[in-house]
Amino acid sequence: MTDRPLKQIHLAAHFPGVNNTTVWTDPAAGSQIAFESFRHLAATAERGRFDFLFLAEGLRLREVKGRIHDLDVLGRPESITVLNALAAVTTHLGLAATVNATFNEPYELARRFASLDHLSGGRAAWNVVTSSDAFTGENFRRGGYLDRADRYTRAAEFVQLAREFWDAAGTGTVRHQGPQFDVEGTLSLPRPPQGHPVVIQAGDSDEGREFAAATADVVFSRHSTLAAGQAFHADVKRRLAAYGRKPDELKIMPGVTWVLGDTEEEAVERAAGIRRAQVSPATAIAYLEQVWGVDLSGHDVDGPLPEVDPVRGSGLVQGRTSLGDPLEIAAEWRAVAAAKGLSSRELVIEVTGRQSFVGTPRSVAEQIDRHVQSDAADGFILVPHLTPGGLDEFVDRVVPLLQERGVFRTEYTGTTLRDHLGLPVPGRR
Amino acid sequence: MPRQLHLSAALDSPGRFDAAHFTDLARLAERATLDFVTLDDSYTPEPGRLDALATFARLAPVTSGLGLVPTVTTTHTEPFHTSIAVNTLDWVSEGRAGWLVGVSDTEAEARAFGRRGTAPAEELWAEAADAADAASRLWDSWEDDAEIRDAATGRFVDRAKLHHIDFEGPYFSVRGPSITPRPPQGRPVIAVTVAAADLAPDAGPGGRARVATAVRHADVVLLDAPDRATRLTAATELRLRGGEVLRILARIPVALTTAAATADLLTEATEGGGGVDGFHLVPADPARDLAVLADHVVPALRERGLFRTGYTGRTLRDRLGLARPASRYAAAAATPATATAAATDTSAAGTPAAGTPTRSAATAEVTR
Ligand SMILES: Cc1cc2nc3c(=O)[nH]c(=O)nc-3n(C[C@H](O)[C@H](O)[C@H](O)COP(=O)(O)O)c2cc1C
Repeated sequence: MTDRPLKQIHLAAHFPGVNNTTVWTDPAAGSQIAFESFRHLAATAERGRFDFLFLAEGLRLREVKGRIHDLDVLGRPESITVLNALAAVTTHLGLAATVNATFNEPYELARRFASLDHLSGGRAAWNVVTSSDAFTGENFRRGGYLDRADRYTRAAEFVQLAREFWDAAGTGTVRHQGPQFDVEGTLSLPRPPQGHPVVIQAGDSDEGREFAAATADVVFSRHSTLAAGQAFHADVKRRLAAYGRKPDELKIMPGVTWVLGDTEEEAVERAAGIRRAQVSPATAIAYLEQVWGVDLSGHDVDGPLPEVDPVRGSGLVQGRTSLGDPLEIAAEWRAVAAAKGLSSRELVIEVTGRQSFVGTPRSVAEQIDRHVQSDAADGFILVPHLTPGGLDEFVDRVVPLLQERGVFRTEYTGTTLRDHLGLPVPGRR
Repeated sequence: MPRQLHLSAALDSPGRFDAAHFTDLARLAERATLDFVTLDDSYTPEPGRLDALATFARLAPVTSGLGLVPTVTTTHTEPFHTSIAVNTLDWVSEGRAGWLVGVSDTEAEARAFGRRGTAPAEELWAEAADAADAASRLWDSWEDDAEIRDAATGRFVDRAKLHHIDFEGPYFSVRGPSITPRPPQGRPVIAVTVAAADLAPDAGPGGRARVATAVRHADVVLLDAPDRATRLTAATELRLRGGEVLRILARIPVALTTAAATADLLTEATEGGGGVDGFHLVPADPARDLAVLADHVVPALRERGLFRTGYTGRTLRDRLGLARPASRYAAAAATPATATAAATDTSAAGTPAAGTPTRSAATAEVTR
């Protein structure tokens, strides 16, 4: 490695998601909806001097076989409203909401994020996502009319237009005519304290990466291992120059999970216990059905994988990101199961969402630091498996070690999220 | 005990964008133990203002008894988003949310969205009624006890208690269910502003559509009337059409700059105002007028036994004497209860639904 100064790590707290990562069977698992749960996680993150709190979004309850998926935690609030409330009980923590560019309009969303930025004193962030499936569209006026290819065209013009509204706020009118939007409007409020709220991007395709390089301040990626993280980091940072941007103007923050123990063995054991809780027998079947595309309700999860071959494009599962080509995945899974002698449930546990960092607090701090110093990431979005206390132990035991290593702030040095991320306030164009 | 007044106030403060200002106002309103406060909103460039629902979400954690009723418009917004935003305001305030339904009728607003032109008022209000209907169905789409956390079967929810709403109307359709569980109040309080002229025999189609929305969907009507006699006629008509459970507050501008102005307000409030349940005050200067209200008017009303001395109950519905409605889908399904269902964690969720299924049940705070 070069003798450059140590990189400072950026950390964010993800409110436990609506998926099987979040363990609800644990006696310590609390409400997914009560404000107290959000307040608790935000207070923990702020105590740990985190950059921001992050809320995901899903605008339609997932369905399997035409019925609501009932095995995972379910139900969440409207993100921007929760963040405005959290602004009242926090002072420095950034507040990030995932909001879809397909099922919203630029004027309204620019105004809502500008309002959050004012009400929080410059702590707002918007994670721009682009899903546009017709299934989700059934909840909206617009329906699911966008082609996959048009998602980022709309998103790019959407964000550009939002920036125009922020720039003109308090001084003038935006007149915009483009392929996606033909509007003329004036926000009823001054320019946001951050100039522009921080823009986060979470897509992974080539278009998604290009969109990030062109316009995002932060990328929320799913590439959490060292090698994949380095490849992704290099790929996205390489794209920045074409937009006249420098590498440190875009922070790459993979989503990660972790498990702590007093010893390595204890951590590994706890990690295995959490994985078993995340993949109940019913959840294992749901995963298999997602790939196989057929009803497997009678399948014995303690036995081998189903003998039948998967069916492509069955539409059995709705509202969930596709894992890839079913036949290829099934072949891959069968190979792994055969090589390691795994039952169906063990296989699902093996191939889905293993924890990113497992070990003693010292070893987890070292792993996190190594990933950042070797450019696999600029920081991480931490996804706890328990609501609302899942971050407590990390803040109590790992953050002090990162601070000791001189790679994480001991106090906030600014007040806005841009300050925490080391991003300048954008000039008006 | 004499009949108890309901009192609310508008916090509209053109040109104010700081949370501290609104926090100060909310504290004054809470000192005056008002039923609720409102905040107007639109997508017009003037007056300068923040998103109203956002502002009230920001106030929720720093207040404890005050109802929070922001304007949210229905013309250019998505009913699904509106429903979950109001629902979430109810969660973060632990049962103190309402929604003052508004429409966007200007060319400027239509241009800011660029999705459609302006439309006649009767169409905008017909759409607003549909938006209120769809939002309310989405609130009901999770039955109160849908979350079961049944470890034995691995099921977090009982999906028989989650319902597609399949709302279809001329303006939009929404499939549902909501992504947000049923709010603490079951249904946050819906308010609509109506002018006496909208109720007159010669009212235009826009006014009639507005009244129809209020009568079908509102829990609270803010009534504009030029004088007391007109107010009485209008309130009587509203009650006839909306039923006894409708709370009608006369919306009146106030500027409490002098002792005389304060005395006038006190007299009006004491006399009851003509067929209404109370008053919605629109202060010329909220900080000044709310202080006078809290320090002079409300104490005098309390002395006369006309106004609460403190908050009782937790929710805005409690405050207004409105029962918590059961989910319409629970009533429709009427399935035998799943015996193993564990209680939902509603520790922060206000009063559960238990046995108060109709709009008409009144709670202790209102004595008619
Ligand atoms: C780490 C990560 C988190 C995401 N979170 C959300 C989310 O909360 N809500 C959502 O609708 N989409 C979410 N997405 C989906 C993306 O916005 C996008 O629709 C998806 O990745 C497909 O785009 P792509 O083809 O560019 O990858 C997420 C994606 C990634 C990689």
